[in-house]
Amino acid sequence: MPRIEARDLTIEFPLYHHNARSLKKRLFAGATRRVKQDSESRVVVAALSDLNFTIGKGERVALVGSNGAGKTTLLRAIAGIYEPVAGRLLVEGEIGSLIDPGAGMNPLLTGRENIVLRGLYRGLTERDGRAMADEIAEFSGLGEFIDLPIRGYSAGMNVRLSFAMATAIAPEILLMDEWFLAGDANFMAKAEDRLTRLVTGADILIIATHSMDIVRKWCTRAIKLDAGRIVADGPLDEVLGGENVSVASDSSPLR
Amino acid sequence: MDTVVSPIRLFDASEPHRFARAVSDLRDGFGHWRLAVALAWGDIKQRYRGSVLGPFWVTLTTAAMVVALGFFYSFILKVEPGTYFPWLAISLILWAIIGQAITEGADCFISSEGVIRQISLPFTVHVLRCVLRNLLVAAHNLPLVFVVMFLFDISPGLAGLAFFGGLLLLVINAFWVAFFLGIICARFRDISPIIGSLMQLIFFVTPIIWLPEQLGDRITWLSLNPFNAIMETMRAPLLGRPIVMEVWLQALGYTAVLWGLGLGFFTRFRGRIAFWV
Repeated sequence: MPRIEARDLTIEFPLYHHNARSLKKRLFAGATRRVKQDSESRVVVAALSDLNFTIGKGERVALVGSNGAGKTTLLRAIAGIYEPVAGRLLVEGEIGSLIDPGAGMNPLLTGRENIVLRGLYRGLTERDGRAMADEIAEFSGLGEFIDLPIRGYSAGMNVRLSFAMATAIAPEILLMDEWFLAGDANFMAKAEDRLTRLVTGADILIIATHSMDIVRKWCTRAIKLDAGRIVADGPLDEVLGGENVSVASDSSPLR
Repeated sequence: MDTVVSPIRLFDASEPHRFARAVSDLRDGFGHWRLAVALAWGDIKQRYRGSVLGPFWVTLTTAAMVVALGFFYSFILKVEPGTYFPWLAISLILWAIIGQAITEGADCFISSEGVIRQISLPFTVHVLRCVLRNLLVAAHNLPLVFVVMFLFDISPGLAGLAFFGGLLLLVINAFWVAFFLGIICARFRDISPIIGSLMQLIFFVTPIIWLPEQLGDRITWLSLNPFNAIMETMRAPLLGRPIVMEVWLQALGYTAVLWGLGLGFFTRFRGRIAFWV
């Protein structure tokens, strides 16, 4: 049964490619807590520290917190990109991640070829990929552009293609960063149905976002991160209530 | 796409099971061979986009170098051109393949940085992509080998098949050297330019523009050069030179060492690569 369990999950980024010594002097002079030295006296950024949570089937979780709180890092750790330096992380279920829309795209290939390539990244065969291509091409509304190299696409066309590709397969665990809000209004109206289907079809949804609209609409639980630590975790109103009410009623995605 | 049994991924920092993870990375990586092939093709297309001759520029450069160096050095070294030309041609072609396997292998993780940080994939895929890409480029030099063999009337006969054994060794070495150097270069960014200059040095101390026989008594020293051993397993069959058991044993030995280093480094540092690139 799909679930995610984190026990004392810790992720630290080493800062190798900087002048470590001068960096140390500067950082330790201030009161920064997130940049520290690990046991081998390397300078590291504590991206996530001692996270504990369990997410079970049917839960729709919003990761909230200011920029740099560790939301995307947590998504990447769950996706299996970063291995924890300490603690334990259990992920049961097939993952679909919508973290970076352009990841793995080759600008010289056509839209259709990129769809097949994306299929290969997911472990499908070329045949499966080509079978998906028509449906994705149709939904993206790119018309004849689908058979042109994507380096000639506008930013909006890129987002439409990425969105159509990313949402073609419904995974058990859906990880989302908020980039998918970046489409044009017309397309987003059309995308809404498909997104809703994908989100409701997933057994677990984890979404990193600043937009309280999104949170209110799709999520049942919020985990609030600050400086790599969980500061609040619980039902929406509990976490976002109180001082955040004004934010919740404010419809602008970024405060 | 509906899976009946959900895949389980458990990572516990107190029990990292590094070797088992490295092995399953290798297995999953080979399972993604279709992706590796597509990416390797994409790289070739991207590299030679808009170029008329494309990868055949490599062939042309090698041919020009063979002709120029061939005349010049057969005169300086006082070697009969009929022996020297095929030796030089085959050696240069093989060296180009080996050199590329090493310099590109060293960058295999750095150059896939964008993918590594965004998509969870076995690291083996990036190595496979690099090895396959280099094989594709190497294949463009193959016609040159046949031209040389035809012009100088070399027909190695059945013994020539030993070439494929040597090629297999080269591919195995290219695979593990990419893990070994790729990891080191991801961590220490100074290593990759050092490798470039080192390869130039090795070019001169390896019998490519000179013949091993010219070492005289010191020919035994050649066994210390792993590049010579690997190269000779492919070169001897192509040139119709005698196939020496000792050379093969050396080549196998060096391959085993590199295999061990590559697997060892991969086992120990696999989980760190995503943080380093």
